[in-house]
Amino acid sequence: MAVELQFEKKPRALLNVIDSWIMIKRSSTHILRNTDQLLGTFFQPIMFLVLFAAVFGGAIEKALPAGVDYLDYLMAGIIVQTVAFGSTTTAIAVCNDLQKGIVDRFRSLPMSNLAVLNGHVVSDLLRNTISTVVMLLTGLIIGFRSSASFTDWLMIAGILLLFTFAFSWLAAIVGLVAKSVEAVQWLTFIIIFPLTFASSAFVPTDNMPAGLKIFAENQPITQVINAVRSLILGTPIGNAGWLAVAWSLGLLAVSVPVAAWLFRRKSVA
Amino acid sequence: MATAEAVIQIKWLTKAYGKNEVLRGIDIQVERGTMLALLGPNGAGKTTTVRILSTLLDFDGGDVRVAGHDVKREADKVRRVIGLTGQSAALDELLTGRENLIMMGRLYRLTKASATARAKELLEQFDLVKAADRPAKTYSGGMRRRLDLAVSLIASPPIIFLDEPTTGLDPRSRLAMWEIIKRLMANGTTILLTTQYLEEADQLADQIVVIDGGKVIAKGTAAELKSKVGKDRLELTFKDAATYKSAQDVLGKSVVDANEKEYALSLVINDTNKDVKNILEALDNAKATITAMAVHKPTLDDVFLSLTGKQAKIEKVEAK
Repeated sequence: MAVELQFEKKPRALLNVIDSWIMIKRSSTHILRNTDQLLGTFFQPIMFLVLFAAVFGGAIEKALPAGVDYLDYLMAGIIVQTVAFGSTTTAIAVCNDLQKGIVDRFRSLPMSNLAVLNGHVVSDLLRNTISTVVMLLTGLIIGFRSSASFTDWLMIAGILLLFTFAFSWLAAIVGLVAKSVEAVQWLTFIIIFPLTFASSAFVPTDNMPAGLKIFAENQPITQVINAVRSLILGTPIGNAGWLAVAWSLGLLAVSVPVAAWLFRRKSVA
Repeated sequence: MATAEAVIQIKWLTKAYGKNEVLRGIDIQVERGTMLALLGPNGAGKTTTVRILSTLLDFDGGDVRVAGHDVKREADKVRRVIGLTGQSAALDELLTGRENLIMMGRLYRLTKASATARAKELLEQFDLVKAADRPAKTYSGGMRRRLDLAVSLIASPPIIFLDEPTTGLDPRSRLAMWEIIKRLMANGTTILLTTQYLEEADQLADQIVVIDGGKVIAKGTAAELKSKVGKDRLELTFKDAATYKSAQDVLGKSVVDANEKEYALSLVINDTNKDVKNILEALDNAKATITAMAVHKPTLDDVFLSLTGKQAKIEKVEAK
């Protein structure tokens, strides 16, 4: 062999972190190379925002507190909805890796196995951040205004990043459980669609039927939306901020170990 | 090779999925620097064996060691010395050939400089330089297999598992793959190759293990296996229908196969010198003129057929 091979001599824990970094780079490259993902990242959020604001704006504004513009109200909901649906990408990517046999290769290497999941989840965070920025910029163009201070925006960013991270881990579980990419698509759809629609994303929950109202007001996505919305509109945040963080942390505490366990089991079966 | 050392050692390996026993007590040893071909039909247990050897799959009973490491307890040590090329190309479709190589090299814990240099070297060796910076999804089947093999060689592991490396390849790509595998063997790599193609095992392997239904049904060199089924055949072609007919009368019962359209007969011979001489004399006396004659040694196809009772895969027909 002409090339003299040098191996890394760093401590194991550090090498495992490097593995994750390598896998994050891999998954992030996918965002740019995959046209579908690129469209999903840039255009879908714009489309949703503009359509919802235009179609529902006039009708729903009447149900909002006086002086609240629907676009300003909608922004929090549409961001959280986009992020939630965006996590489908993690589920599909995990499922694809398992189907295509590349996970077998990764597992035959002396690398950290969890790096594969870390890569997908963290690149999802990056992709969702891009989508969110695109939506905010589009919003600004069509008239979105917020009284939030810089600190408020930092808090919004924190709440959203934590929620995205948690939701992507949940999506990773779907990707590990589903038998095909098609199955991933409808499975994520039947989980995410009701969660985002039976929430405060698009309309106030006050006028919903009693049973639905109880669900809508107490489920995690509503908490995250309410927290972000209060910060955007400058209204009292109440418990929403803490509840949003608590839900996200709780979701993480459950989904990370479950995903890790499934990943290990899936590949040895 | 009295001092030869078994780098791959499988003892009484069993594996079942529920009631379906896939491996029913397999023993295999591969010595350092040699190639063993695991030959068998679909569903014989070849891939299962390779997955167990490469730490991807748990097993029920037996002892499996790779480079002296127990694959169950010392999986990590095993992973550092093996390279795996599976049946489906395990590549990242969206990354380029070069990116795939460097990524896998880094995951083998090569330094960035080493991974980059080695990737360049492999791209040259595997004739992928022009395609190096195109996404893998644009590659042809042959290129994909070459890249897949290159990826498993990125850290120059001393032990390589090749799971049906040429299944589904066109004949030209298959020959190119064989050349690459031969070069690997020349470098002293220990190789375990699975295949459904007898010719492949015959061409490449030092030792052949035939498995069927999760059991080893024969092992040895290609020559040893052939001698087991072993009779040589004499194949004769005659000038015309008349000579063909009279030859058939003269040779009578010793004819084992006859082709009337091509005026061809084939006979089993035990002693090449004596039998051929006698047959030719008899034909000469009957004035049966021969236009062509050949002694046919048994092929591994014959071996396979007699061992498993199944027709071996025909080379020309492309799988999948």
